[in-house]
Amino acid sequence: MTWEWDVIWKYFPRLLEGAWLTMELVLISGLIGIALAIPLSLMRASTRPWVKALPFAYIYFFRGTPLLVQIFLVYYGASQFEAVRESVFWPMLRQPYWCAIIAFSLNTAAYSAELFRSAIQAIPTGEIEAAEAMGMNKSTQIRRIILPRAFGIALPAYGNEVILMLKGSALASTITLLDLTGMARTIIARTYTPLEMFLAAGVVYLAISALIIALFRFMEYRFNRYQYYHHTETPVDLDPQLRDPHIDQK
Amino acid sequence: MNIPKAFATAALIAASLLTAQLATAGDKIRIATEGAYSPFNMVDSNGELIGFDVDIAKALCVQMQADCEIVAQDWDGIIPGLRARKYDAIIASMSITEERMRVVDFSEKYYSNVLAFVTPEGSDVQVTKEGLKGKTVGAQRATIAGQYLEDNLGDVVNVKLYDTQDNAYLDLSTGRLDALLSDKFPAYDWLRSDDGKGFAFNGDDIDINDEIGIAVRKGDPLKDKFSAAIKAIVADGTYAKINEKYFPFSIY
Repeated sequence: MTWEWDVIWKYFPRLLEGAWLTMELVLISGLIGIALAIPLSLMRASTRPWVKALPFAYIYFFRGTPLLVQIFLVYYGASQFEAVRESVFWPMLRQPYWCAIIAFSLNTAAYSAELFRSAIQAIPTGEIEAAEAMGMNKSTQIRRIILPRAFGIALPAYGNEVILMLKGSALASTITLLDLTGMARTIIARTYTPLEMFLAAGVVYLAISALIIALFRFMEYRFNRYQYYHHTETPVDLDPQLRDPHIDQK
Repeated sequence: MNIPKAFATAALIAASLLTAQLATAGDKIRIATEGAYSPFNMVDSNGELIGFDVDIAKALCVQMQADCEIVAQDWDGIIPGLRARKYDAIIASMSITEERMRVVDFSEKYYSNVLAFVTPEGSDVQVTKEGLKGKTVGAQRATIAGQYLEDNLGDVVNVKLYDTQDNAYLDLSTGRLDALLSDKFPAYDWLRSDDGKGFAFNGDDIDINDEIGIAVRKGDPLKDKFSAAIKAIVADGTYAKINEKYFPFSIY
């Protein structure tokens, strides 16, 4: 078996086109996913059973079934019904692009809601008590204390979810979208160089992951500043009586 | 029986079993087909592979007096799988093309294929370059039809490529596709089924001089064995019998 580098260079621009669609899918469904996940997680964290029930069922369904099945249900399944084809949603559901966005958004919303729920429950009770002692009502608490704190706590785990979503987005190629994987497969159908093209696609996925990781590192550093220790040098002209011999020794 | 002797016996039995296994693995011809290309290769309700390709494969194996195993493999990984030695031959309605000839060898043809457009019955779509301008036309990925679409109409139509022919039919029936370009015989079969009601061939057949052969690895002597076996089953009438089971006209 011969290794053909030149097909990689020749088709790389088309792979990048695919990569662009992949990033678009992840970004748009990620944003919709967060928007859905926030109310879901707040309901899920409630102590009232009837408030908890709906998000529980939703999360259970979307975490418990494969993403591929969900995509097929939205794209091929829904379109089997005459009622769907005649509804106002059809112009949107007709397009694989929106079907992919819908399936990815619903899927990631379920996972993120569970992440945010655990983050909300991980907020130290003392901070909620303090908010109550300040006389904040529930909605002010949510806005000023619960959501910002939960955001910081959930951030590292959420970064993980975004990377999983990036890789899950490869399934868009099964409903005719030419995302990074779809593009690679279409090129392979012509050139019969699966190893070369999948290697190239893999490298592009790694590059996108690196971008996502860097973004989340930056955000963690920014929003969780309190977790980072900054060592400050002791001034040389400090009064000897204030010096700590243990620190000076280091 | 003392212990060392018991070990020796066990080792002997194991060794003989192992060599027996290797021997059969050596003689066995593993044949891949897709299993999603009715009526040529599909899976029945018991999970068994059936269809024209499968019948031909079995007839060829009988003719060659070979022990065969038929396995299912997704279409777009079917050539890489052959090259990776997961199986020894592909009998899956594969067209003999120059691009494929670069990476695999083909036997003589075992049937001939033409392409045809399928549209909803009474559709006013003209299947010409002008008539299809701006329309959405589907085909299966990694097929002659897909390639023909991209090469000849790629600049005017919106091409959608599917993993399986079945998925393309689904999208045609929901109206996501204005037309489907397909190999004619499987489409003929689909049009006769319940799902294909309300659809029809549109325009003339596209004869692209397309012959269907059996793919083997480059330089594999199996190629000539298959070619000889195909000639033999055509000559002795076995082929005609299989043909008749699926189509009322000859497809050789």
